Amino acid sequence: MAAEEASGGIQIHPMEQFTVRPLFGGTELHWYTITNQTVWMAAVVAVVIVLFALGTRRRALVPSRTQSIGELAFGFIRNMIVDIGGKDMLVFFPHILTLFLVIVTANLLSLIPYSFSIMAQFAVTVTLAVAVFVTVTVMGFVKHGVGFLKLFWVSSAPAALRPVLAIIELMSYFVRPVSHSIRLAGNMMAGHAVFAVFAGFAVVAVISPVSVLAISAMYALETIVAIVQAYVFTILAVVYLNDAYHPGH
Amino acid sequence: MSSEPITGAAEVAEQSGGMPQLDFTTWGNQIFWLVVTMLVTYFVVAKIFVPRVSAVLAERKASVTNDIAAAEELKRKAEEAEAAYDKALAEARAEAQSIAAQARADIQAEVDAATAKAEAEIAAKQAESEKAIAEIRASAVESIQAVATDVTGEIVAAFGAKADAKAIKAAVAARMKG
Repeated sequence: MAAEEASGGIQIHPMEQFTVRPLFGGTELHWYTITNQTVWMAAVVAVVIVLFALGTRRRALVPSRTQSIGELAFGFIRNMIVDIGGKDMLVFFPHILTLFLVIVTANLLSLIPYSFSIMAQFAVTVTLAVAVFVTVTVMGFVKHGVGFLKLFWVSSAPAALRPVLAIIELMSYFVRPVSHSIRLAGNMMAGHAVFAVFAGFAVVAVISPVSVLAISAMYALETIVAIVQAYVFTILAVVYLNDAYHPGH
Repeated sequence: MSSEPITGAAEVAEQSGGMPQLDFTTWGNQIFWLVVTMLVTYFVVAKIFVPRVSAVLAERKASVTNDIAAAEELKRKAEEAEAAYDKALAEARAEAQSIAAQARADIQAEVDAATAKAEAEIAAKQAESEKAIAEIRASAVESIQAVATDVTGEIVAAFGAKADAKAIKAAVAARMKG
């Protein structure tokens, strides 16, 4: 590897952290095998239950701190949906909220040293993006029938341009899940890979102070990225869903 | 690439271009557990979290609305009380003014009565005094007449003439009128 050669024997494997491996022995990976990733997914569920189910169990009129966090997330996503798509789309509020809470929790948990970055896995983000894509497409046809195809027919453009634009719109529609999933996984992967690279260089005593400082600075940046990317993924899901509800241009 | 012995999925991934995420043998497992995670989280969010927070927010909104209504009621009452106070104050002021005017009128009447009484007394005293003076003057005239009569009688006697007392008296009276 290039890094090994450049630093003369330092072993840096920035991508190794993304390996999904069976946790309880064996090298066989069945669909049900409990892996390092499974454990961190369970941690996500545990955090969601503690913060959002247990944190609100008192239903206090004057909220406790954990209840405030829950109300904040609740209001944040609810306003996002209402602002973008109107109150009709609140049918999907629990789904969108679930999406956001899982992604943001997974991203923040991945900042714990020795943890696993669930959202750096394309398998995960592609599944989520395809789920959004399928939901949007199905909802579009359910709500508008063939009229959903107006999404691709730019009625405000000159008539001659419309067929061309329709092809472009159609292509961009099918590219959505790709960009949607790669944006999230790519951001998370890049951040964690850079952590690993800096950490690898910290083995050399001369470089280690720089390395530690760089990791500290990166950590702050990655905290923002963790939240912002969760927000971006969620808001794009809402924007796409809005197309299903209001397909006209 | 490293020449270490290959063990497990990591090395499979290394072989597929350095990105373990692109090792598609793990995808089935990942997607299965992701679906489980999403379903459990969805259940927690949709069945527990959202209804609770909705209820709390609705309750808070209702209680805030109630509090505002109560505050407006209290404000209205305060304004009513202020109006009543202002009214009472104005009434009291008017009453005070009427009492003052009444008192002034009473005092004026008393002063007038006292003045009239004093004037009447003064007039009575004056009349009395004038009467007394007149009496004194009358009695003084009588005394003078008597003295004059006596003196005239003595003078006439001194001249040796014999004069009748009545005639002297009549003559003195005639002179004094004169």
